[in-house]
Amino acid sequence: MSVTAPEARAEPASFELKATTFTLPTLRLFAGDLAALSAFLEPKIAQAPGFFRNAPVVVDLTHLPTEVALDFPLLVGVLRGLGMLPIGVRGGSAAHRETAQLMDLAILSQGARGPADAATARPTQAAAAPAAPAPATAPLPVGAGRIVTRPVRSGQRVYAQGGDLVVLATVSSGAELMADGHIHVYGALRGRALAGVKGNAEARIFCSDLRAELVSVAGHYRVSESLDPALAGRPVQVALRDGRLIIEAL
Amino acid sequence: MARIIVVTSGKGGVGKTTTSAAFSMGLARRGYRTAVIDFDVGLRNLDLVMGCERRVVYDFVNVINGEANLNQALIRDKRSDNLYVLPASQTRDKEALTREGVGRVLEELAQNFDYVVCDSPAGIERGATMAMYFADDALVVTNPEVSSVRDSDRMLGILASKSRRAENNEEPIREFLLLTRYSPERVHRGEMLSVKDVQDILSLDLLGVIPESPAVLTASNSGVPVILDDQSDAGQAYQDMVGRYLGESLPHRFLDLPKKGLFSRLFGG
Repeated sequence: MSVTAPEARAEPASFELKATTFTLPTLRLFAGDLAALSAFLEPKIAQAPGFFRNAPVVVDLTHLPTEVALDFPLLVGVLRGLGMLPIGVRGGSAAHRETAQLMDLAILSQGARGPADAATARPTQAAAAPAAPAPATAPLPVGAGRIVTRPVRSGQRVYAQGGDLVVLATVSSGAELMADGHIHVYGALRGRALAGVKGNAEARIFCSDLRAELVSVAGHYRVSESLDPALAGRPVQVALRDGRLIIEAL
Repeated sequence: MARIIVVTSGKGGVGKTTTSAAFSMGLARRGYRTAVIDFDVGLRNLDLVMGCERRVVYDFVNVINGEANLNQALIRDKRSDNLYVLPASQTRDKEALTREGVGRVLEELAQNFDYVVCDSPAGIERGATMAMYFADDALVVTNPEVSSVRDSDRMLGILASKSRRAENNEEPIREFLLLTRYSPERVHRGEMLSVKDVQDILSLDLLGVIPESPAVLTASNSGVPVILDDQSDAGQAYQDMVGRYLGESLPHRFLDLPKKGLFSRLFGG
């Protein structure tokens, strides 16, 4: 009996599913201006860098006007770029929540303010917290991704979930490419390209003709104004090296 | 079955209605039974450009609502027996265009015509999306300036994703670029995008380049599609464009600066 007892206990001891309450910093958005957000957060983080490093954050959209279109890939990028881990959103319009889910952000319940209400939010929060960092390190499945052969027009958005995105035509200004993995563009890239949108720092962007409005890898982004003009129109790759976005000619 | 062609652009004032009038007249003059529909409900103009504004009894919305049949609403052009105009309603708004209603009218027209030309309103709202939803081909009318090019690009994106062909996973809409109000002189001075610039950005088959011409305004004001003005450069350019649409291989004209004579060179004419 004494021999079998540890075996019988082995399973419940290895895993346990329990609801736990976490106190998480909440970032409340009143507007969709991400440059201003970045400017707002940077001094705060400078004051207590240790506190914010890898800190899970919930984005509260309750006070954001519903008609404001929020650029979630960029928002996640800004927060990750500042060392935080956005794990979920609260409130916001149906469109906001839909795009948030596309970015693998958990949708947290609206009124988790009082301790009584917290009970409803607990399971989602507990589930979301460990899930968020996982995609950052998970290797990409080989062969996953999308190939686009027609031009990507202004206003169109193409997302290769869980893999690479290959575009064999031009990407117009005002169009947006997103991929969990690499992005390859064999026409002129005039729109935005965001590789590794879920935080894969190994992701890269390759393009044969760089004229992008914005390039981003794992949330580190650069807009066209700050691109080296010498690289315009040339084949380049964009990669993240030691936390810095490197753009170099091929 | 007719081929349904939408004339669209996104931006306003680039020449959609002028093109719809000229293109449909060009097809009709070559012997094809052609209907041209004004989708700009509430801001109708095609009847003026076609010169049939005083013969409008029933309109597109009446037909959609079953208040009149197609034969009552279609206006036969006085210059070509093959050309019919379906005017827009001036007293309604674009909400009157239902997908079922538009689909029914287009289907009935498709039984009796070779080509149905849909003159789209500006914008990307209901009128424009209804005009392009059932299309087989699209003429994207673009001026050689950046905002028009961007709007056309946006429209091309909508054509590729929100049309019936896209929704049913059929062969995509054939897209053609028509560059209008082109001025070689201003391109030369660097004030205007060149044909090549626009083609680079839109990567689209070029169906024609219509030069900026006073003949267009004169034609619109007198209700005569400019394609009937054989003497004008714009009229000839539209004739070429109709030929190219029908599969003829014609060189593009009016792209270069006219060569100046010695006299005007000396005196800066």
